[in-house]
Amino acid sequence: MGSVVIDRRGFELLIAALQSRDYKVVAPTARDGAIAYDEIGGVSDLPAGLTDEQEAGSYRLWCRDDDALFGYAVGPQSWKRYLFEPKTVVFRAQRVERVGFVRAGPSDAAPRYAFVGVRSCEIAAIGIQDRVFLGGSHADPHYRARRDAFIVAVQCGEPGGTCFCASMRTGPRAEAGFDLALTEIVAGDRHEFVVEVGSSRGDDLLGQVPSRPADSSDLGAARAVTDSASERMGRRLDADGLPERLAAVLEHSHWDQVASRCLGCTSCTLVCPTCFCSRVSDTTDLKGLEATRTRTWDSCFTLGHSYLHGGSVRSTIRDRYRQWLTHKLSTWVAQFGTSGCVGCGRCITWCPVGIDITVEVQALLAPLGPGRPTVSPGAGAPVEPAAPAEVPR
Amino acid sequence: MTREAVVTPPVREVPVPRLPERQRAPRKPSVAVWKFSSCDGCQLTLLDCEDELLAVAGAVELSYFLEAGFSSDGPYDLSLVEGSVTNEADRRRIERVRAVSKHLVTIGACATAGGIQALRNFGDVEEFLSIVYASPRLVEALGESTPISAHVPVDYELRGCPITRAQLLEVVLAFLHGRRADVVASSVCSECKLTGNVCVTVADGMACLGPVTHAGCGALCPSYKRGCYGCFGPMESPNLPAMIGGLNRRGLDDGSVVRLLRSFNAAAPQFQAATQALIEMGECPT
Repeated sequence: MGSVVIDRRGFELLIAALQSRDYKVVAPTARDGAIAYDEIGGVSDLPAGLTDEQEAGSYRLWCRDDDALFGYAVGPQSWKRYLFEPKTVVFRAQRVERVGFVRAGPSDAAPRYAFVGVRSCEIAAIGIQDRVFLGGSHADPHYRARRDAFIVAVQCGEPGGTCFCASMRTGPRAEAGFDLALTEIVAGDRHEFVVEVGSSRGDDLLGQVPSRPADSSDLGAARAVTDSASERMGRRLDADGLPERLAAVLEHSHWDQVASRCLGCTSCTLVCPTCFCSRVSDTTDLKGLEATRTRTWDSCFTLGHSYLHGGSVRSTIRDRYRQWLTHKLSTWVAQFGTSGCVGCGRCITWCPVGIDITVEVQALLAPLGPGRPTVSPGAGAPVEPAAPAEVPR
Repeated sequence: MTREAVVTPPVREVPVPRLPERQRAPRKPSVAVWKFSSCDGCQLTLLDCEDELLAVAGAVELSYFLEAGFSSDGPYDLSLVEGSVTNEADRRRIERVRAVSKHLVTIGACATAGGIQALRNFGDVEEFLSIVYASPRLVEALGESTPISAHVPVDYELRGCPITRAQLLEVVLAFLHGRRADVVASSVCSECKLTGNVCVTVADGMACLGPVTHAGCGALCPSYKRGCYGCFGPMESPNLPAMIGGLNRRGLDDGSVVRLLRSFNAAAPQFQAATQALIEMGECPT
């Protein structure tokens, strides 16, 4: 299963081969001024010649100088939308006279997906959600039914302004977790894809497409694409020892400072490719004969998420932001054995007020200046406000 | 308070005619729909439930609903109240409505926050009257437009200008079956993300009140590439100072922010406090 090279026509045939095998092919498209995943009919639906500019709270699409098909970073959606859907009917039940409620059989026919253009950070995110939904003794049947998707990865050549996968060691080069991985090479008249094979079904599919074996210069060119990308990350985060270092600053005054800027709007959690929280609600039909239990994406930023009897445990935005950040980067490790962050930068780009997780972590972990106690002496103790600087008279 | 023994006179047993088993249906809950100061849009949402309307009408006794031609004296199991209180007669009428209603649910921004007509709360009604009307003495109006909850206890408040028909049906169904309504109080942002909308603030730089606005519309405006106008009022924990800072940084001056927040839910407490604070800072026209 050595690497091969296919041209643009070969890539079109690859997509057609997936479709002829009854895969619903989902890939990046340009929609409403952003890169959004959608079902495609063919390669012409991909955002050819487009790139993105991402900063905290800002996203713009621009034209490129070339016809690259994957010359942009990740958009607002992640593949979680397809594996862990925003709304899922868990079950329906019918009321039967003298019997009670009878559960209607599962009506969940999972689509047979092929995901094209999956980035390394997203493969890492899927791996993290695998632990959440498939780990332990109770696997989630809805997630499992969709998880067999065929994955065509694309190695990143254009990191976004808010990307920091290199810091989180989740990219930009995907080493596993795909059926096929493409590196797009665009230079002058050359437009080719170096294809690595990650599974036997990937190998099988590739056999239907005309290709030539990759030589060392092809492999070198492919490697150069991701090497260059890893040096152009828009953000960085010092991830060493983060779980312990964050656990030590739970009463830092900076949490209040972030809370004053945070809208509590849930955007960061819903664009995050690893956030997995949901709420479950029951509804009935008019006659009360049929009940439906529905699972809907939820967020640790809603009051309902931490509602126990009598009220919400995390009643302030400070509590909720701290819960989100420390879960993502600290307690997730104890819970699932990995960090909950893959460095995709979506929470930074899609925050309406541009709160930047890398900047906030830096502020929380910055060495304390002399004589300015910003960390309270004990957990739970009230935080002393920093003394105002003396103004010389 | 002492309870006096009640002596009941002996009653002669009268045989009660019993209906055959299958004809004895439980009494249907009686529902009344009331209008106060409002545009009728919310109560028309009930008539707009085209597919479900006949089924709803079959499940409840629509006892009082002038838009549909029903009226009776009550009492009612469920009163849906549209509109705000803006005059003395309505102030007395809402107390009577409460007295004859087992459950009272307000529907829409007027009944829940005072509505667009609460803009009068920020001005001088006497002055408006003298400018607008030939005979101001004929107009009887209170100085403020107030939500129903300012006058009587309210069991549930359904948001929106107008309300969403799916949410209205859900609240009526929840009432009929004695369960909790599946209505969330998080932001419109959460609905955009569920729908798959691209954020109009981040991708287009538009002013959008979605982050501070109560969900329920299904992110209608952002779905059509418009910023949120805040029709559903403040969400459960709005951070208005952060929202205003964000709007300012995207080029909206304080006067524009005040105009954006002073619409259908101008008198909702969090929105009102935020706009008053901006005006008190003295930087923008009222």
